[in-house]
Amino acid sequence: MRHLLSINDLSLTDAIGILDTATELSRISDGQVKKLPTLRGRTIVNLFAEDSTRTRISFEAAAKRLSADVINFSAKGSSISKGESLKDTAMTLQAMGADAVVIRHGASGAPQRLADLEWMTGSVINAGDGTHEHPSQALLDAFTIRKHLGKGAADLAGIKVAIVGDVLHSRVARSNVLLLNLLGAHVTLVAPPTLLPVGVESWPATISYDLDSVLSQVDVVMMLRVQQERMSDLFFPNAREYSRYFGLNLQRLALMQPHAIIMHPGPMNRGLEIAAEVADSARSVIVEQVANGVSVRMAILYVLLAGAPSGSESN
Amino acid sequence: MSETKFVLKGGSLPDGSMRNILIVGDSISAIDATVNEADATIIDVTGSVILPGLVDLHTHLREPGREDAETVESASRAGAKGGFTALSAMANTSPVADNAGVVEQVYRLGQAAGLLDVFPIGAVTQGLKGEALSEIGAMADSVARVRVFSDDGMCVFDPLVMRRALEYIKKFDGVIAQHAQEPRLTVGSQMNEGEISARLGLRGWPAIAEEAIIARDVLLTDHVQSRLHVCHVTTAGGVEIIRWAKARGINVTAEVTPHHLLLTDELASTYDPIFKVNPPLRTEKDVQALREALADGTIDIVATDHAPHTMESKECEWQEASFGMLGLETALSIVQKTMVDTGLLTWQGVATRMSTAPAAIGAYFDQGQGLVVGARAHISVIDPSKTWIVDRDIVQSRSRNTPFHGYELPGVVTHTFFKGKATLIDGVVA
Amino acid sequence: MSVALSAPDISRALIRISHEILERNQGAENIILLGIPTRGAHLATRISQTISTIEGRDVAVGMLDITMHRDDLRMRPLRAIMPTSIPSSGIEGRDVVLIDDVFFSGRTIRAALDALGEIGRPRSVQLAVLVDRGHRELPIRADYVGKNLPTSPTQSVRVHLTEIDGIDEVLIEGESN
Ligand SMILES: [Zn+2]
Repeated sequence: MRHLLSINDLSLTDAIGILDTATELSRISDGQVKKLPTLRGRTIVNLFAEDSTRTRISFEAAAKRLSADVINFSAKGSSISKGESLKDTAMTLQAMGADAVVIRHGASGAPQRLADLEWMTGSVINAGDGTHEHPSQALLDAFTIRKHLGKGAADLAGIKVAIVGDVLHSRVARSNVLLLNLLGAHVTLVAPPTLLPVGVESWPATISYDLDSVLSQVDVVMMLRVQQERMSDLFFPNAREYSRYFGLNLQRLALMQPHAIIMHPGPMNRGLEIAAEVADSARSVIVEQVANGVSVRMAILYVLLAGAPSGSESN
Repeated sequence: MSETKFVLKGGSLPDGSMRNILIVGDSISAIDATVNEADATIIDVTGSVILPGLVDLHTHLREPGREDAETVESASRAGAKGGFTALSAMANTSPVADNAGVVEQVYRLGQAAGLLDVFPIGAVTQGLKGEALSEIGAMADSVARVRVFSDDGMCVFDPLVMRRALEYIKKFDGVIAQHAQEPRLTVGSQMNEGEISARLGLRGWPAIAEEAIIARDVLLTDHVQSRLHVCHVTTAGGVEIIRWAKARGINVTAEVTPHHLLLTDELASTYDPIFKVNPPLRTEKDVQALREALADGTIDIVATDHAPHTMESKECEWQEASFGMLGLETALSIVQKTMVDTGLLTWQGVATRMSTAPAAIGAYFDQGQGLVVGARAHISVIDPSKTWIVDRDIVQSRSRNTPFHGYELPGVVTHTFFKGKATLIDGVVA
Repeated sequence: MSVALSAPDISRALIRISHEILERNQGAENIILLGIPTRGAHLATRISQTISTIEGRDVAVGMLDITMHRDDLRMRPLRAIMPTSIPSSGIEGRDVVLIDDVFFSGRTIRAALDALGEIGRPRSVQLAVLVDRGHRELPIRADYVGKNLPTSPTQSVRVHLTEIDGIDEVLIEGESN
């Protein structure tokens, strides 16, 4: 595997391999190991054409714990915000000797373009592209679910997950549907019909418009961020009505099974898609998701960068 | 000095009959002539099909304004290479062709290039803004003699503006060529709305946005008893509406592009904007419906929607890229591949849909006269048994945004004659 | 291919190593056995069982994965990370015996010493190997050797253990020259 652009790039073995690696790495970091020499001398560029402090910091921490050199290109002040083409940026990265580029971009498919066009030879890691995918987030979500509910199994067979909210614009939802399905979990998408894409019927997921009827059936409730500006685009009448039907509040929390957990990729709109008391409740693993993010991203970097460059395998 | 004379020897006419053709000056002087013209240039076209010169009703020549992407001259060369003897210059240039000055300029540039006829299309509304009518009458009366009006690239969305335009052009038997795209349903749209767009996270361009406008426009056309041409139909639903309208006797014609006869929205999975086009590539079901409609005459013509773009506007992220594809040099091969080789259309059908019918819609009287004695000698010759590999690096167009790069296509256009003058000889533009 | 050690040979070698470890450290009390996955970890378990039998008390045993510390990662296909488990007492001030199957260039042990350094500061680190095939590239030696096997660099040594391979044996492949 050279790039991680989409969950579709992963086989079941690949996905479990990343989760297992992350498990070992998280144990090492529990043992207070700050730094591993694994990627010493390798250069990783964080190319963030769209603001996302948390994802950037998570990748940066992961790269540094593996002793890679990290260069940050952030949206503000970087050339891509000044209209420099993706091609020119890629050629610059190539000249800098980047072994991997972690790219966050507002345009769906930008990481794939970077990978396909041979402007640079390094690995491309999609850290969220437009409304397409966010594979590292899905992997850390699966890691978190497995840790809590996996009962020692390698995959997530039989686990039921509800993904609730703005599926239409969510790259987190797309990657999660693919990965959870790959790992054997069953996904129910819960959203107002306006926030489900035309064509969603072809996804390996059940569709529901009724959150209350789903909550008691699932092991995991994954809430998606709903952006305020969706209101002006007529996706729902107002925030109050959205919360009434699709917000996770204490009354709805009571409908969930005792073992069920609550997740959110962040950043949260407290009071809109999730009530503050729910976000901070004992059932919420939202803070833990952030911590797991570093181990999972270390595992991704390890899997993509540590071995011999693909095609040069001998032995 | 005597007139130039050519004899095309050994080819077959669109109806399949083997005939020799004698061209004297700018006209066809004999068909099935005994080849005893001592002073004629004999061209052996054995095995080839001789077609009346192809007429494109939908071409973006980019001049004036974007001469870095294409010029009237370079598009003329691309046209000659593809077997065309007439192009129709869409109005979305910079400045917009919404007055007599611009259309006459484009017309004269075409004449100066001299490789084919360039018929300017006038904008329906000033600046393509969809608000105030442009100087339609002045353009009709100009040297360019404009009969086709279109805001192509933009839809004439306001129903009142569309109604008035349809009414106004009746004065000189003009036609409104509509780019059918409901703007509110296609804000920020990137590709066909469906399974693929859902997966790729690219904003959808729903079929209904095209069909709703076609439906409205055929009803308006019926109401004011005018003439409508629907540009680049792409959906099975659009075909159904046009079929219904024709059955009702509404004066509507329609075109399909070569790329919509072959390519589907699956190609967007590459995120390569070479496949980004407006209207977007649709599904396999739509492709089949379009082929059937072109075969049964519901869709009247093939038009290229040739849309050159510089590499910068294609070597980028999908959503940043421009819409459009080259079409002139591959059009006839794509039609052979999708329509002739599949048995859906005869060469006679191709001649109608790519020469006679588009010339009639545009009222290009000097074009589309067919292969008859006395007709203007606009001719293209294709060898359907040969194949070629599309190479974007050696196209005649100034741009290289062909979606068919690397495709092996059937049918090599070997010769084009415009007014009796050879503009393409053995595949080389004169 | 030739058999360098048979099952009884391996068994005798491990018993001897167990005795040498006890002798050198004056008992099992302060010892931690750390096997290097995968086969070193199984050897560590066997040695710990032998020591327990001799001493009549349990000896601390764990395993130490050194993958993330290797300096040859880029030269081979990707390696899966194996578990690391350190006895809860930790390694601080203890006598750690690293256990591996084949001792070759010394780079694995170098990586193991680095990995160990991240975990704590033992009083001493010793090395036990089933087979020493020579060709060291680093100034590292073994304290306990099951058998010295002179080999040429082009040969390969395969250790099979019943826990993984269903049979105990050490094979040498390729021609000596
Ligand atoms: Zn158009």
